[in-house]
Amino acid sequence: MKRFLLAAATVIVLALISLLIGAGDLSLSAFISPQEGQYATQILLISRIPRTLALILAGTAMAVAGTIMQMLTRNRFVEPSTAGTVESASLGLLIVTLFAPDAPVIGKMLIAAAFALAGTALFLRILRFVPLRSVLVVPLVGIMLSGIIGATTTFFAYRFDLLQSLNAWTTGDFSGVLRGRYELLWIAFVLTLLAYLAADRLTLAGMGRDFATNLGLRYRSVVSFGLIIVAMVTATIVVTVGMLPFLGLIVPNVVSLMMGDNMRRSLPWVALLGAGLVLTCDIVGRVAYHPYEIPIGTIMGIVGSGLFLFLLLKGRERLA
Amino acid sequence: MIEISNVRKSYGDTIVVQNVSLQIPRRGITSIIGPNGAGKSTLLSMISRLAPITAGTVKVDGLDVTKTPSDVLAKRLSILRQDNRVTSRLTVRDLVEFGRYPYSKGRLTAEDRAQADKAIGFLGLEALSDRFLDELSGGQRQRAYVAMVLCQDTDYVLFDEPLNNLDMKHAVGMMKLLRQAADTMGKTIVLVLHDINFASCYSDFIVAMRDGAVVRHGPPAEIMTSEAMREIYDMDVEIREIQGRRISIYYT
Repeated sequence: MKRFLLAAATVIVLALISLLIGAGDLSLSAFISPQEGQYATQILLISRIPRTLALILAGTAMAVAGTIMQMLTRNRFVEPSTAGTVESASLGLLIVTLFAPDAPVIGKMLIAAAFALAGTALFLRILRFVPLRSVLVVPLVGIMLSGIIGATTTFFAYRFDLLQSLNAWTTGDFSGVLRGRYELLWIAFVLTLLAYLAADRLTLAGMGRDFATNLGLRYRSVVSFGLIIVAMVTATIVVTVGMLPFLGLIVPNVVSLMMGDNMRRSLPWVALLGAGLVLTCDIVGRVAYHPYEIPIGTIMGIVGSGLFLFLLLKGRERLA
Repeated sequence: MIEISNVRKSYGDTIVVQNVSLQIPRRGITSIIGPNGAGKSTLLSMISRLAPITAGTVKVDGLDVTKTPSDVLAKRLSILRQDNRVTSRLTVRDLVEFGRYPYSKGRLTAEDRAQADKAIGFLGLEALSDRFLDELSGGQRQRAYVAMVLCQDTDYVLFDEPLNNLDMKHAVGMMKLLRQAADTMGKTIVLVLHDINFASCYSDFIVAMRDGAVVRHGPPAEIMTSEAMREIYDMDVEIREIQGRRISIYYT
């Protein structure tokens, strides 16, 4: 509990830092002086607070979604971006942009979620036909499927001159987050809470079909529930801020090594570390090349691949 | 009582279990024996609703296993299959406490915890209770699974090869423990066993299967004969009575 409070305090400090840094000066003195005060308050309300909230919501939700996927596939290398989920969501978003460009954002999100769900279900279906389910075959199948769906999406995006939009969906970037452009992420937050409520069932499902059935769990409905959460979270994030790579892979693995996979206990940590990692990467991206910004997707890719390599080498016997 | 009537299981044209009708009495230990591929595990999976039944019915205390809600059945009957590959990092205590899921649905009461403690003690896992499953030896892990199933506290407990991964000492310990569970807790235990001498020494009732059908069933004294062994295993087995128990000698 003590450790958890300490970690929570760290995330709060990170959030405060995130509020105070950026191109516009937002030191405390700015608030005190009358003429600058109004300007500073506006920056805070329109840009900084939405951005910080978006970071926390997206980080939390994506890390939890990764955990759910790893439990349901019983594989530590699976997350939305290695299972075709993100690419399917992008494909759905591309299609709705082509055919109904004026659809409200929530409608686009739902279409993207439907595609994400279908793509992930396809991934699971393919897995059932893979005879030898070694630990590495599972993510390889996912990466191949992602590749195929991604290539299709890129082809049509190229033909219809939408490559820039596609890039925005697949590369996380919080610099465009303003009031009115991130609120959809609260849906991801609600989904995260729902996942926490079902933590026991998801943990049980992670023990495999036979164990879960023996204990009276309706295995298939729990798996479907988990997949719907993953698909909707992914779609929300792709629509609002763009994909955050590695997050759903690293955070669950770190927490699993730290404290195991009983999700009732581990999910609060997953949420906290998810938010902390995203905040850190975004802050680094903002100060590294001040006053310009490096997108968080890039920073995350660097930090994430490093951390992942470390986990692979250090926790190899556990992961396998 | 478990009533199995005309149960059949086939995958396409391959018949794995054919027209098995059998009654497994309440209380005591029933062992299912037979050569590889006889359909023993499949039968156990069908009894415990883990595998769909192609034709026929299985009733546990009058409840049809394919029609009874899974969570109702989970309070009556539990099963532990062989080759359990739990990839989650759970502690022994977590795992055993999940045995209470049919009752607690995740909100453990003091009684649930007491049951978990009892099961952990019964299997002698106190010192390991906070260890993760992936840090245990195969035999310790097997005992943890058994503790979980006993913590589920069902009248009927089914085990597929419970002696897997256990050395001689732990195998004997496990069989004594199952005997104790049957005698003192009044449980009905159904085992799939490969070692027929264990079946002979510890069961009240033996069911012998071959080629998907039940070829013999009865108390150990009736099954442990050279003639029955030839019928079941297609092999000459010498049966000797040693200290009042029928032991088969088939090693040479």
